Amino acid sequence: MMADYKHSVSLDIEKCKGCTACLKRCPTEAIRIRDGHAVINSRRCIDCGECIKVCPYKAKKATHDALSVLKDYKYTVALPAPSLYGQFDNLDNIGYIIRGLKGLGFDDVFEVACAAELVSAYTRKYLTREDVKKPVISSACPAITRIISMNYPYLCENIMPILPPVDIAAALARSKAKTEHPELSDEDIGIIFISPCPAKVSYVKNDFAGERNYVSAVVSVRDVYFALLDEMKKTEDEPLESTESGMVGIGWASTGGEASAILNEKYLAADGIENCIRVLEQIDNSDFTHLDFVELNACSGGCVGGAMSVANPYVARARLKSLKRYLPVSPNRPASEWIPDEYFSEKEVEYNPYGLLSSDRKTAMRMMSDIEEIAKKLPGLDCGSCGAPNCTAFAEDIVKNESSADECTVILKRILKEKGIDHDLLYSDFCNLVSRETLKKENGDEDK
Amino acid sequence: MPETVKFHFEVDGSDFSSAGAASVKVKKKLRQLAYPPEVIRKVSIAMYEGEINMVIHANGGTADVEASDEEIVIVLRDKGPGIPDVELAMQAGYSTAKDNIRNLGFGAGMGFPNMKKYTDYMRIDTVVGEGTTVTMKVKI
Repeated sequence: MMADYKHSVSLDIEKCKGCTACLKRCPTEAIRIRDGHAVINSRRCIDCGECIKVCPYKAKKATHDALSVLKDYKYTVALPAPSLYGQFDNLDNIGYIIRGLKGLGFDDVFEVACAAELVSAYTRKYLTREDVKKPVISSACPAITRIISMNYPYLCENIMPILPPVDIAAALARSKAKTEHPELSDEDIGIIFISPCPAKVSYVKNDFAGERNYVSAVVSVRDVYFALLDEMKKTEDEPLESTESGMVGIGWASTGGEASAILNEKYLAADGIENCIRVLEQIDNSDFTHLDFVELNACSGGCVGGAMSVANPYVARARLKSLKRYLPVSPNRPASEWIPDEYFSEKEVEYNPYGLLSSDRKTAMRMMSDIEEIAKKLPGLDCGSCGAPNCTAFAEDIVKNESSADECTVILKRILKEKGIDHDLLYSDFCNLVSRETLKKENGDEDK
Repeated sequence: MPETVKFHFEVDGSDFSSAGAASVKVKKKLRQLAYPPEVIRKVSIAMYEGEINMVIHANGGTADVEASDEEIVIVLRDKGPGIPDVELAMQAGYSTAKDNIRNLGFGAGMGFPNMKKYTDYMRIDTVVGEGTTVTMKVKI
């Protein structure tokens, strides 16, 4: 199944210069530079989007559906993520966004923030169960769920089994559309998620919600933002729509929003993938039962920091704060006392480790010994010019026959010197290539 | 002579935020070596507790891990104050950690008891004023 995993991070080879920006930032060491450009190991990638955010050449992209996907359906419902509301400057009413989305061609709008309030209410119920392993870890961030499934076998059962808000929103939106328009078939209805998050794209494309995947397509907050700006101006004189979400639902857009909605103080909320990994390591190693709930967001700031959004996450968070100020706390209340079956994920998170050197331990141990020995001989600069993120990873690549020792430019330079290969000659070649004198000559030539 | 892989780590005594770093690295390596999750969990918890102990009481030290097909041996060495009464130190809840360390969430007196609980063999060699060596083994 993993071989067919559909990622949402893709690379434009033309634009990629093979620099080490993404290489160094990838939290799972999934990237290597080969033949002058980045290569992503799909088995290791968690779709966190760090490489998209950090690429200076904009060569990394999130793959998602285009807004034109609306044409594929007779009836469409927009599912705006709460973070969309924080993208607009001087917006004082979410109603403009909802009206604007309808202006863009959506037949209806179902706010993900509304579903988030239901998930919060059910989370509070879930936490009172006695059979629940604490701390419960939020299932909302797909990058976090994926890294847990790869690295933390004992934390898999801590992940909350209740579906994330977007899936609940999609299910509710679909059944609303069917009730209001009984003439429509399932294929006629397009449930379109407006997402700040590339990991959510792969979550949907890989059917993580199983049979309960009611989302038809995922478009980016960025694309919608630019289309929506014009639309919001255009329809300024028309009657305003009103938002149905409250403070709790909108709070989910940034770190701490989901966790604080459990309404007791026994929670931890962290953001930034490196920070989240540190928290996971600590939960994995020690007793954290004094906490009820842990919210982890791979992106700094939370979902507002997603790679497919526009605004600075902290600016967006400030805007959301003033937007939700006069809204009711949590107007969306669950209809039932029990958590309905269809709110639970069908698939449990399974441990699926990566990075095994060999399935035969004797072979793996021999390889590991070699890696340790080779790593000791490497310069330890972690410069990345060999194409691996650090010297240990390079040693692993050498042992796995995925790279060769001569890729290390630091050692190469040392050997050239030791072998007495004419250093001065090399030096003058080098100067001829990059010196200011050469530059002057070149410019001078051009002048003539 | 069974085949083994050895890892060596320096445990920095001055920095609480990096306490546990060696156990995180060992966890990753054992995963690459295809050890079962239960074994990795035991080693990682025992080593984590030991590392924290070294940072709290002994200003750091060294950690050596030797992994083979039969067992994983963890040896933690420090040049700290030593333990005057090992039996007392082994009691759950007993702690000599200062308040400032307890306020960080450490020093609850569960370090040694946890290390014993998660390993199949544990031995403490200590000389007051010279240091402590803790040897732990986890069977595969």
